[in-house]
Amino acid sequence: MKELSLNILDIAQNSVKARATCVKIEITEDADTLAFAITDNGCGMEKDFLANVTNPFTTTRKTRRVGLGLPFLKMEAEMTGGSFEITSKSEKEYEDHGTRVFASFNKNSIDFIPLGDIVDTICTLIHGSEDIDFEFSHKTEEKEITLSTAEMREMLGEDIPLSSPEVLAWVRDYLTELY
Amino acid sequence: MKTLAELSAIRDRMKNKIAVREGSNETRIVVGMATCGIAAGARPVLNAFVEELEKSGLAGEVSVSQTGCIGMCRFEPIVEVMRAGEEKTTYVKMTPEKAREVFEKHIKGGKIVTEYTKAEGLN
Ligand SMILES: Nc1ncnc2c1ncn2[C@@H]1O[C@H](COP(=O)(O)OP(=O)(O)OP(=O)(O)O)[C@@H](O)[C@H]1O
Ligand SMILES: [Mg+2]
Repeated sequence: MKELSLNILDIAQNSVKARATCVKIEITEDADTLAFAITDNGCGMEKDFLANVTNPFTTTRKTRRVGLGLPFLKMEAEMTGGSFEITSKSEKEYEDHGTRVFASFNKNSIDFIPLGDIVDTICTLIHGSEDIDFEFSHKTEEKEITLSTAEMREMLGEDIPLSSPEVLAWVRDYLTELY
Repeated sequence: MKTLAELSAIRDRMKNKIAVREGSNETRIVVGMATCGIAAGARPVLNAFVEELEKSGLAGEVSVSQTGCIGMCRFEPIVEVMRAGEEKTTYVKMTPEKAREVFEKHIKGGKIVTEYTKAEGLN
């Protein structure tokens, strides 16, 4: 991917497909490291499946044999000297099921890919899944930017969909101003 | 300074419009947003359509939505346009600039931009 924010979009779409109702996206940054964690309460994965999920020949998709999202991300993180972790609890075994994907990147590596347009990623997620609670935070040494769609929904009331173009325009302006 | 409180102003402004909006979408724009689409640049294409829709004030008649893999990864970003009384149009290898042009000419003007459609794009 050309931007890490595109990986974040892709990984969060896995959470959406896993029927999560809450998806947390946390980015933390200091001078040398950028890391993000995406945590959901979706269906999760069973142990055997999880063990193979970063191998590019695993997928439950029918249209193509090969899943790419997780193997891509792992490779990109490790190429910078960073790390990748995935933990998951399947709904078949656990009440508190869900998945957490974590990746960290060494910003000083020549293979480091910039974060890119994270605001565009957040707008895309809200547009595509207005009923999911997205909790977004981006912490740097100077500031912390947060957005919660549950809070937005409280202000908007029941009748106005989060995916309305007017609301998305507000999200874009709000986050852009905070950055 | 933008605040969350502005959302309640948006709510009040939209309340009346929303009843009309439901179910009256005559034109649908669908953007492929699987991994292949995202890697090829579908995200800014999607958001260009959302922005144009907001500017045009046509949200009652036109909708923009996302879908998974359309199954032709090498032609991504792919956009499908469905209009009442028209066959489905498939645009391939889209960019935000092309998206804005399609919005202007096809969605608003009713004229398919054939240079960007699949048959042409295959050549
Ligand atoms: N958050 C998640 N919750 C539950 N299952 C997941 C989650 N993330 C990934 N998976 C499982 O792992 C598989 C592989 O994911 P990956 O993103 O690598 O590929 P994909 O989504 O199948 O296809 P692609 O991303 O290439 O379109 C998925 O098909 C899904 O079964
Ligand atoms: Mg995926």
